[in-house]
This record gives sequence, structure tokens and C-alpha cells, in this order.
Amino acid sequence: MAAVELKEKQEAKARQSRRIAAKGNHAAALAARDVDVDVAAIYPITPQVQIAEKIAELVANGELDAEVIHVESEHSAMSAVIAAAATGARVFTATSSQGLELMHEMLYIASGLRQPVVMALATRALSAPINIWNDYSDAMSMRDTGWIIIFSENVQEVYDNLIQAYYIAEHPDVLLPTVVTLDGYILSHTVEPLELIPRDEVLSYAVKRPRGYRPVLDPDKPMTFGPVGAPNWYYEIKIQQIMAMREAPRVIEEAAREFEKRFGRRYGFIEEYMMDDAEVAIVSLGATASLVKAAVNRLREEGVKAGMVKIRVYRPFPAEQIAKALENVAAVGVLDRAVAFGGPLEGPLFLDIASTLAVRGMVKPMASFIHGLGGRDIFVKEVVEMFKKLQELARSGRSETRTLFYGVKSRTKLN
Amino acid sequence: MSFERFLGKKYPETWEDLPLAGVVPWPGNTEEVDTSAWRTFKPVINQDKCIRCRLCWVYCPDGAILEVDEEYTNSKGRKFKITFKVDYVHCKGCGICAYECPVKAIDMVPEER
Repeated sequence: MAAVELKEKQEAKARQSRRIAAKGNHAAALAARDVDVDVAAIYPITPQVQIAEKIAELVANGELDAEVIHVESEHSAMSAVIAAAATGARVFTATSSQGLELMHEMLYIASGLRQPVVMALATRALSAPINIWNDYSDAMSMRDTGWIIIFSENVQEVYDNLIQAYYIAEHPDVLLPTVVTLDGYILSHTVEPLELIPRDEVLSYAVKRPRGYRPVLDPDKPMTFGPVGAPNWYYEIKIQQIMAMREAPRVIEEAAREFEKRFGRRYGFIEEYMMDDAEVAIVSLGATASLVKAAVNRLREEGVKAGMVKIRVYRPFPAEQIAKALENVAAVGVLDRAVAFGGPLEGPLFLDIASTLAVRGMVKPMASFIHGLGGRDIFVKEVVEMFKKLQELARSGRSETRTLFYGVKSRTKLN
Repeated sequence: MSFERFLGKKYPETWEDLPLAGVVPWPGNTEEVDTSAWRTFKPVINQDKCIRCRLCWVYCPDGAILEVDEEYTNSKGRKFKITFKVDYVHCKGCGICAYECPVKAIDMVPEER
């Protein structure tokens, strides 16, 4: 027993020694260092700038042997990493908000050409009016681009998710670009404890595969990338992408399982909090989920059976897991920090959740909450209010047919 | 879905046979592309007028003028060792050859199908 205890103590000490204090942006850059990227092309944009700076610094001081391409825009950054990935290199880029919008047409090309590009996205509101603070408008704008989208809740998750992103994106059964989000400022500029993984262990997990397992540009074996897809073949290439997206959950699960086995941290498609006996539940994304957890804690003290579901993998959408998690609750709320303008209801995540439940015949009172646009602070008491609203809906048994806007300065009643 | 299973299959029939992302892994494949359906006029070389200056061969944007080792003697008794012919599978009927021909030996004839 003593030997086991000693070993545990030593392991704990070793883990402790690997703990550093890091901002989300630095965590993203350190993940890129630890997976040993070959090419990085990042155009700095607030609040992601520090990722670009840190990558340049790591390369300059010899910690990372990568080619840094100084590009003149995000469109070029994405073009450069797509081209680099097409030669078989492991690539990394990062962006935010308007930068992502400038990349937009290249996002489809990355997924259409099946290049395993990995990107960190510091989520930020979209203009106009210009706003540099956090919400998920930019991440939502790329949900139909054929990328795998993973949301992070804290700095540790940013690092771990990025490492897993390489495992997933470069897997021969997937070969789809993958983006990992970190909430602008809330994670990108907040210092939190970060437990690093030794580089050789990271590389034995996210193995750099030898050339030739996927089509790559090679002067000795010429290939045409991106030919014209006339009506006779375009559809079939899209079906390939769809099938790869359907295949992705298996690989994402495998990546998480392997990650847990090696490094001890467990990740699922969704995270359930107090859902075992929950009567009302709120579904949310990213760092906002922490706030909902705090609200759940407060309500549990009051004796309210509240619960929370956090979505980690947003695309491909974990519909089965969500349906299972929400099976027994009386009312479901969805907290969105983005807008689907003119939609049947304005919350983009709500639309996903509603259709997930509807096609499975799970009819239950639902409400779409929008709050926190453009970095507007959300407080625990407001999320508590949302839960109270859900309790009301559960009692009446009817859904809210219009989106409820919380935290907005308003003379008329919006909720 | 590994890449290997696509190798050695030249003509896909369904999406399963299609190389990843529509990549074309065999070089020189555009030789097989038939662009003859694009034509409304086709160039016809009058071998008697042709002086073998090779300008049509130079200017053709698609390499659709062929230089053939075929002897030809014209009506004036001049003997040529080569003959120029049109590759009607790749000619798209742009008419550049006829425009550039210094002796007007190429006629653009309406395509009849």
C-alpha cells in the first residue's frame, strides 16, 4: 500500500509541477507548440492577438520549429494553411469575429477539400456596431461550413480540446477542418491554472501520420486538387462530406476516450450537471455554461430541481445524447448568445435543440432565451429568473412561441 | 474511408468510388476531356493552300492542331514532309487558327450533327 501511495504522491507532484498560470490565448498557442505544428499563418485580430504573438515568440526562441507565414489578411491566413495542409503539413491558425467572416469563403474550401486545418476561434460579436466583446455570433456563422466545432468552457479545455482537434481532424475517417472556440476575453484574456502535458506524450497521442495516408501535393506524384465539380459530380462530393460528418462522432469519442486513458481528463459530447433528477434544464455553450452551473447551485439550495446541459461538440450535433439528457425534464430552456435574425425563434442553438426533440416526438415546454450579446454581462440572478420562467412553463405545459430577451434595456415588456 | 481504396479505379460510378474531395490522382487526365460539344463552327484545313508555316499550331490554345508525319504534294508540285490536322475531340471551335492563318487555308464550317 505504501508503495502505491508513494507513487500516487509522486504523480501528483509531477502533475503539480506541470501546472502553470495561463491565459486562454496562451493555452491555445501552447497546444499548437505541443502538437508540433509545421505551419502557422495567423493574422492578429482582437481578442485573439496574443495567440499570433505567442506563436511568433515560441518560434523565435526555438521552442517550436514551425514556418510562420506573415499574411496580410485572414483570407490569406486561411488560404495559406489550406495550401500548407494540402502538402501534408500540420497546420494551425486562429481568428475572431470579422476575421472569421473574411475567411468565410475559404472555410468552405477547407472542408470541401477535406484539409485537416485546426483553428482556434476567440468568439466575439459581429459588426455593426463594432464590438470586440464576447458572444457566439461568429461561431454560429460557421456552423454550416462543414467544420467540426468544439466549444471550450475554461482555459484547460481550450488546451485539451485543441490537442484532441488534431487527433480528430487528421483521422483518416474524418479529414475535416476543426475549430476550437475560446470565449473572447472571458477565456482569451483570463488567467487560469493550466496543466500542460509533456510534448512527447502529446505527440504519441496526436500522432503525426506519415505522408501518403491522405492525398497530398507531391511533385513526384502529381494530383489535381479542387477540380471543377460540375452537376454530374458536385453532389457526390458533398455526400462524402456529409458521411465524414456522420463518421466524426465515433472518432471524437475515440479521441476523448484515449485522452482520458492517457491524461485523466474526461470529455464528452455534452456535459450534464445535476441532470439526474432535474425538472427544468437550461442548455448552453462555452464559458456561459459555468454561469448556468452557478445558477443551478443556487436553485438547488432553494430546493428547485434545476439542471444544466453544456454542449461541447456543437458540430456534428450530438442529437442522441441531448435527447437522452433532456428525456425526463418537464421544461427546457436554451440560453443563446447569438441571434438567428428572422428565424422561427431567434436563438440558433434553440432551433437545433427544438428540432432534435421534435423529430423524436418529445414534445415539452421550451423557451428560447437570448442574453449576453456583445459582451453584455449575464448575472446568476438572471439565469435564476430564466429557470423560474421554465418552472412556470412546466406548470402551464405550454412553450414560449417567441424568443425571450433578457438583460436588455427596454421600456416594453420583452419577457 | 481510406485513400487506398480509390487508387487504381479510374472511372467512379457512385460517391463511394470517388476519390476524396474529388481529387484527381492520375495526371494528364484532361486529355480525356471531350470539348467537341462546345463547337458551333469547326475549322477545316485546305491542305492545298496550306504552306506549313505552323502558325495555327502555335496559336491554338488547346493544342488541338496536330502535326502529322504525312507527306503531301500540292497542286503546284511543292512537296511537304508534314501535314497539319485538327484534333476534333479537343477543338472547341474558337476560330483562332483561321484568324491567324496567313494564307486563309482554314475555313470555319458550321458544325452539323
